[in-house]
Amino acid sequence: MVADSGGTARRRICFCIQIDMSDSDSTVPESVAAPAAKAGLRRISLPRWRGKLEAVALPAGAIVVSLVLFGLFCAANGKNPFAVFASIDKAAFGSWYAFQNTLVRAAPLMLCALCTAIPIRLGLVIIGNEGALVLGGLCATIIGLKMPSASPASVHIAMALTGAVAGGVWIAAIGALKHYRGVNETICSLLMNYIAIALLSQAVNTWIKDPASLNKPSSYPIPDEQMLQPLGETSIHWGLIFGLIACGIAWFLMQKTTFGFKVRTIGANIRAAQIAGISVGPITVMACFLAGMCPGLAGMVEVAAVQGSANEALNAGYGYSGILVAFLARQNPLGCILISTLLGGLLASGGALQRDHQLPDATILVFEGIVFVVILYSESLYGRWRFFQERTV
Amino acid sequence: MNQPTDQLGWLGVPLAILAGAVGGGTPFLFVSLGECLTEKSGKINLGLEGVLITGAMTAYAASYKSGSPWFGVLVAGAAGMLLGFIHAWLAQKPKVNDIAVGIGMISFGSGLAFFFGKAFIQPLAPQLPSFDLGGWSANPALKAALKICPLFFLGVGLAFAMDWFFKSTRWGMFVRAVGDKPDAARAMGISVTSVRTLSIVFGSFLGGIGGAYLSLFYPGSWTERVSGGQGFMAVALVIFSRWNPVQCLWASLFFGGAQALGPALQAVGVSGYYYLFNASPYAFTLAVMIATCSSKRSLAGQPGALGSGA
Repeated sequence: MVADSGGTARRRICFCIQIDMSDSDSTVPESVAAPAAKAGLRRISLPRWRGKLEAVALPAGAIVVSLVLFGLFCAANGKNPFAVFASIDKAAFGSWYAFQNTLVRAAPLMLCALCTAIPIRLGLVIIGNEGALVLGGLCATIIGLKMPSASPASVHIAMALTGAVAGGVWIAAIGALKHYRGVNETICSLLMNYIAIALLSQAVNTWIKDPASLNKPSSYPIPDEQMLQPLGETSIHWGLIFGLIACGIAWFLMQKTTFGFKVRTIGANIRAAQIAGISVGPITVMACFLAGMCPGLAGMVEVAAVQGSANEALNAGYGYSGILVAFLARQNPLGCILISTLLGGLLASGGALQRDHQLPDATILVFEGIVFVVILYSESLYGRWRFFQERTV
Repeated sequence: MNQPTDQLGWLGVPLAILAGAVGGGTPFLFVSLGECLTEKSGKINLGLEGVLITGAMTAYAASYKSGSPWFGVLVAGAAGMLLGFIHAWLAQKPKVNDIAVGIGMISFGSGLAFFFGKAFIQPLAPQLPSFDLGGWSANPALKAALKICPLFFLGVGLAFAMDWFFKSTRWGMFVRAVGDKPDAARAMGISVTSVRTLSIVFGSFLGGIGGAYLSLFYPGSWTERVSGGQGFMAVALVIFSRWNPVQCLWASLFFGGAQALGPALQAVGVSGYYYLFNASPYAFTLAVMIATCSSKRSLAGQPGALGSGA
């Protein structure tokens, strides 16, 4: 009896999703599928690669268009665009040393991107990445400072757990407020960014302030032997490993598990999910918690591997860039890895642009803005060309 | 503006809050009126933060180059309209999320402003004039508090004018119809796209003027930290004031005053929670949103099509 009702529920979900998909980005054009089904013919579907190609070709095309627009922008300001591109490429990927620097910046971006990429599958646009990162870093530091004589490994585990849980609770609260109180999640996450940053300022200026840090208010430093050590001879730290693992887990969770299926169902059609008996509230909160753990962990890594203490440098804009990564990668966690690496390279090249071309560091921000706008425009082009429609015989 | 309050002791706190309400509230007023108009037409413009920063930069630059601060205000409005036009065009494309467009426009607008604004961080641009309503008083603190920018009165007038516009004019009804029931508006023969485009562009014009106020009056200089997130807050303010322009005025004054609370308390020696006090407007907005929102019904006064993608 129970199993049967479960089966019906699943069938209902499939039914609802099919309805929902047929009016958004359908894989089978109705005009083709419906007459074939009516005539009782067996449908032979060809290998499905066109949809996948579209999902790669459109963002790639968008990046090319943005490069052209950015080149025009450089040319309009009297710089040779090709020389600028060459500098970016050299500073980001030109040498092993440069690439290490790129990867160091890519690590927090990957983790922050997940904070937007996971909830958006629920239909929630959450931009609280910056706040979760800052809070994760702050809480991890507080715990780290409380364990001065513990072994490095146990300090790392405690800090990572605290950071991740702090970020997770912060974002889960946003999900809970959205579901149970109807508070707009975007505005809510924005306000909570400001609150988290204020908490950090308050903490590093009073509660845990190191009196020795005059110009740049900071917490007491984490002892050197308890810092996260770089990997081997490189400058790459554990953040990259965490980022890769988190993106992998997020992809598996979203695509291959019932949890991910429920999340995607809620995002596709929340009414259908409720009718099918999915407990929307707990799943929303849980997904938001998992999403928030990632920037929280990024904050911990920034403290334990890069900064050495909690200070205002935590609030360096990785969170906001993470939003861009999530949209560029079309919310695909594996795509986030690639885009984070590209964007990390771009961020790493800010100094080179200033040195070689006298371009202000805001140039990178302009480029990011252009890419963002073009990518959003490309969203409206899905399904526009027949070439990318899956064919059936 | 808060420095002279030292001599007043505790009396300085309400005075600083009052001064902050008018002085710091004016940019809130302009961006929230702009956002109110935009949201009444059924779209959200989160990108007003980018518009505000661009407005601040262009106003300062134009005022410096031309010597006329009022010309700077106009240029800021025009720059805002330009960004607004991009937002309007992009946000109305199918399958494009207007909130995401706003985030994109923030990085685009602020990127352009920082890029071209580097050259204008040092020089001093002519500032907007002020009405000295405190001439009768000998107290310098009171005098400083009563130096009020003409833009403030313009904003107050605009709030009431906009209220009248929505309630009593044909065009105001068009905007409300498009925001509430786009399909019905379309059936009436109203072009939803044009109404929304005009609303967003004019809303961004107001956002640009808010930016001009920041760089040409209070705090009165152009730096990369000129905006304290007033553009972000616009969206929260409009929810706070239930999509009513006159209530936007009261909410802006309230927020301006709340922003002045931290520095005012620090001036009288209460500095223990200075940084947390600075976040009080955000915490308060959040508290109000949690208290008044409900998952069962939409808020009173909320345009029907808002956030639905229609």
